[in-house]
Amino acid sequence: MASESTRPPDAGAPALVETAGLTKRYGDLVAVDHLDLTVRAGEVYGLLGPNGAGKTTTILMLLGLTEPTEGTARVLGLDPARRALDVKRHVGYLPDAVGFYGRLTGRENLRYTAALNGLPGDASEALIVEALDHVGLADAADRPTGGYSRGMLQRLGIADALLKDPAILILDEPTTSIDPAGVAELLALIRQLVAERGVGVLLSSHLLAQVERLCDRVGIFWRGRLLAEGTVAEVAAQAGEPGIDLDEAYGRIVRRASAEETTDGRAA
Amino acid sequence: MAAQPDVAAVTAAADTEWLRRRGPGWLVVAGKELSETLTSLRFAVLLAILGLAALAPVYATSGAIRDAAEQASGAAALFLALFTLGADPVPSFVGLVGFVAPLLGIAFGFDAINGERAQGTLARLLSHPIHRDDLINGKFVAGLAAIAVAVVSMAMLVAGLGIVRLGIVPSVGEVARMIAWVVVTILYIGLWLAIAMLCSVLSRRAATSALIAIGLWLALSLFGVLLAQLIAGFLDPMTGSVGTEAALRHAQLQQQLSIVNPGTVYAQATLALLNPGATAVVVPGLAEAIQLSQQIPTQLSLQQSLLIVWPQVVGLLAAMVLCFVASYIVFLRQEVRA
Repeated sequence: MASESTRPPDAGAPALVETAGLTKRYGDLVAVDHLDLTVRAGEVYGLLGPNGAGKTTTILMLLGLTEPTEGTARVLGLDPARRALDVKRHVGYLPDAVGFYGRLTGRENLRYTAALNGLPGDASEALIVEALDHVGLADAADRPTGGYSRGMLQRLGIADALLKDPAILILDEPTTSIDPAGVAELLALIRQLVAERGVGVLLSSHLLAQVERLCDRVGIFWRGRLLAEGTVAEVAAQAGEPGIDLDEAYGRIVRRASAEETTDGRAA
Repeated sequence: MAAQPDVAAVTAAADTEWLRRRGPGWLVVAGKELSETLTSLRFAVLLAILGLAALAPVYATSGAIRDAAEQASGAAALFLALFTLGADPVPSFVGLVGFVAPLLGIAFGFDAINGERAQGTLARLLSHPIHRDDLINGKFVAGLAAIAVAVVSMAMLVAGLGIVRLGIVPSVGEVARMIAWVVVTILYIGLWLAIAMLCSVLSRRAATSALIAIGLWLALSLFGVLLAQLIAGFLDPMTGSVGTEAALRHAQLQQQLSIVNPGTVYAQATLALLNPGATAVVVPGLAEAIQLSQQIPTQLSLQQSLLIVWPQVVGLLAAMVLCFVASYIVFLRQEVRA
């Protein structure tokens, strides 16, 4: 429960991501329901919730890869639905189950990324080496990615997102399907990036215990709605019992919300 | 790099510098796809199949033409006869290549989009600053370029073999006709590329889309004519003895039915382009048939031949564009995540 992130979120830091009433419906299904979210520079924000809560849909709306049904999203002050290219130029994204071209080496895959981002040819080789070093893949750089382990692919995914020197990193389920040692390494890497580069990080996860110590602020996301938000301690307080850990607080908040939904259903 | 990112600066960003440096996104995609394709095992295997399909008939035919050199010398467009004639039991060059060629398009297109999905590269790729259509446009252009490389190198190989085996050099007119044939062949294979890409957008699994495209190819090439005969027989049954007019009408109906088969359209275009003596490629009506039968055999210029097959060429182009536009629209409306 002891949190490394004692540093309070700096309310004065510029907002990198700001959504207001963001909603996405697929027919009758409401994937994201009036979400108000703010992520500031230099903080790690954890969007936590079960699979199917709408985390990936939210992220895709922030990247302009799917359009919101209602509400607004601003990333670096820009509307991702309208200025997707400018947004994507400055946002590093690690998708869930990231993949690479298996026949190409790690370095060749990153060369493609550098070309897509219009990085100057002479400088990009150095940037690629730097990014590979950063994620600890320097030795595997010239092996085809088809032979990489899940954890290595995940780290190459971070290198891929770092190459454009992003102002914000969006990580979708970064710790899923890698072994515990790999998780610890990955979390340390994210911490280091925030400290060194001052980027903002928005990460989504359903593995609360894993990311609890990493996040400055967390949001409990359930069925498209943000049920609680704040530091881990604040969320515990909102759950009604300060001092409990995130798993426990999460359980209570979700149980309360689903109980409310049931009574609402009966009343109606 | 360690400084806090200045949001205002990024936002105000007149930073179009990177965009100017990079150029259009589809070009970057096409460059990567083409270089990956040209070095792939898939490309090597297809080149070998296409090469065999091209070399075997030309080798056999050139032997037959040499044996008949006495009668053949002085015949018009002798060099092109190398491609249009078969020497039993080997079918003609155009027949065999026309049969095998769609494989090339299918192989470069069947996993274009669903392959990216399965690999987990689609979402990552689209999170970089390219438009979504850059991906499908770039892949289509790269596929066409790979097809062009294969067809041009095959045509040059075969022409070289023909020169050596026959000992005659093609005339300028014949070379022009071969170039026209190469262009139409690229169009025809491009149509199959577009069909395969449409399958790759519609089906989430590469194996399924490959099976659909190959099934369509086999069905049309093996049973296309048979199907046209069956349907024509059903629509216009011919019983007992029929007159010439009825027989011609029946044949025309059959032909109208078979123009939905791109292989037939391509074969018609090929016939006129490589054979200066061909003055018609479709079954004529009775009046035209009488006229044609009284016609003095003549050699058309390339321009005249092109005029005859212009509908076929435009038809192939239109079908290719239509299939590509369909896959483009479906892809742009799809969700990025599975």
